[in-house]
Amino acid sequence: MRRNLFLSSLALTAVAVIALCCLSSAQMTKEEEDQRLGMESHIGKLTGHAVAAQGSYRRYCVGCHGVLGDGEGENAQWIDPKPRNFTLGIFKCRSTTTGTLPLDSDLYDTIGRGLDSSNMPSWNPLSAQQRADLVAYVKHFSARWVTEKPGEPIQIPPEPEVTAEKIKAGQAVYQRVECWKCHGQTGSGNGPSAATLTDDQNRPIQPFNFHENVRFKCGTTDADLYRIFMTGLDGTPMPSWSDNIKPDEAWDLVLYLRSLQPMKSKEKELARQIGLKPGAPSAAPAPAPQQ
Amino acid sequence: MRVRYQVAGMISMLMVLAIGLLWSTRTVSAAADGKITGTVKLDGAAPHMKGIDMSKDPYCVKQHENSPAHLENVVVGSSGGVQNVVLYISEGLTGAEASQVPSQEPVFDQKNCMYTPHVLAMDVNQKFKVTTSDQTTHNIHPLPNALAGNIPWNKSQPPGAPPIETSWKTVEVAIPVKCNIHPWMHGYFVVVKGPYATTDDKGSYTIENVPAGSYTVTAWHEEYGTQTQKVTVAAGKPGTADFTFKAK
Repeated sequence: MRRNLFLSSLALTAVAVIALCCLSSAQMTKEEEDQRLGMESHIGKLTGHAVAAQGSYRRYCVGCHGVLGDGEGENAQWIDPKPRNFTLGIFKCRSTTTGTLPLDSDLYDTIGRGLDSSNMPSWNPLSAQQRADLVAYVKHFSARWVTEKPGEPIQIPPEPEVTAEKIKAGQAVYQRVECWKCHGQTGSGNGPSAATLTDDQNRPIQPFNFHENVRFKCGTTDADLYRIFMTGLDGTPMPSWSDNIKPDEAWDLVLYLRSLQPMKSKEKELARQIGLKPGAPSAAPAPAPQQ
Repeated sequence: MRVRYQVAGMISMLMVLAIGLLWSTRTVSAAADGKITGTVKLDGAAPHMKGIDMSKDPYCVKQHENSPAHLENVVVGSSGGVQNVVLYISEGLTGAEASQVPSQEPVFDQKNCMYTPHVLAMDVNQKFKVTTSDQTTHNIHPLPNALAGNIPWNKSQPPGAPPIETSWKTVEVAIPVKCNIHPWMHGYFVVVKGPYATTDDKGSYTIENVPAGSYTVTAWHEEYGTQTQKVTVAAGKPGTADFTFKAK
């Protein structure tokens, strides 16, 4: 009797130890898929539920992003830039640092805004609740949201008053950190490194042309522009600059970049008044190489 | 009867405690002083390494005025030794030995528009530094497999930028690193668990801090892939494993 008890306690302990060891190496199963459908999103007072978005995903998103959310929908082959692969959890438009997950509100904003110069339209015609549900559904494709938390959002101080000095200081930042290597001296997206840029999937990609374009992929406001270069656009050659551009310098850079853009603006007018010419003679780029 | 239950309960409690103790002390083990040494050679002629056209960036051209830059995919010394091969123990380490993370921080420097070293090995969770010695802006863009656990990131390093200090959380052989601004710049982070070594310009290596035991050693090279060998390390007697990669 005692022996039996001893053996059974031994067995129990062994089972407990084995269970502990196996806990960390769980595999993706149907069960986990169901569990992931319990994913939620929280945007302000809105709560989105992945399970509630199954219908709208199948109706509006599946054609490009695919049933598995891997960006391999039936239309994907005709589309450039390619639809996002949600299973990686890597997104261009984030308010969080590079290499971290975006906030729910970042994904919500992207769905509502759409992505300029791509096939992703604005989904604002859907209700706010539908969009919040879709955010949760997008998240359910990547296991990263089970194990990781979104990154810290970068802090954006209030926008300063536009002055000619600030625009000039912004140009100095543009020269110092060498934005022109890709975006060109005039901001036309024709810098010496522009021609060889590729995204993380090794597909050719072009730097933004400030000279011709008004809207950015990740928003249209000055704060959006600030956020874009400070966080970087993950999955693209655009790195994060938050370690190397201070907040006040970042605002200067925003004002300078605005002065390069085609629309009428106070920045453009002030830059014209002080006769600001793009590029500094000392930092003239080399002619494009032949390869 | 009740006494028997109590005895059984006591025994299982003691076992749980003993296992718990073993578990909690698993990272505290005496530093092992065994070694695995050897050389890695290339059988056949070393492939020609193309020169690099750096005309995109005059600064980079200037740094190589007197020493033309070449690709570093295969670097073979005069004695036929292959540089930049990473050697690590792929089988035979116990959890305790594998989970010891070295405290020194290896450095990956951007110098003369090249990566120095071209291949940087490190332990899981070992801190390492990315530095720049150049007067031109780089972006450092590692591309691990996000589905396997390490997450890609992309940071800028203009001239004078402070070092980036970070680590990788999962084993990955190997993570490509590139600079988008200078497309010829590419290298690798090799993330392993347990003791490791990288071959020098003679193709020699020494894996330090290996406890006595039998192991499988893996040699990884970016062009020639991996090879493995069984090695036995005894107290006071280092194991030896020489590898030969066949030129393509």
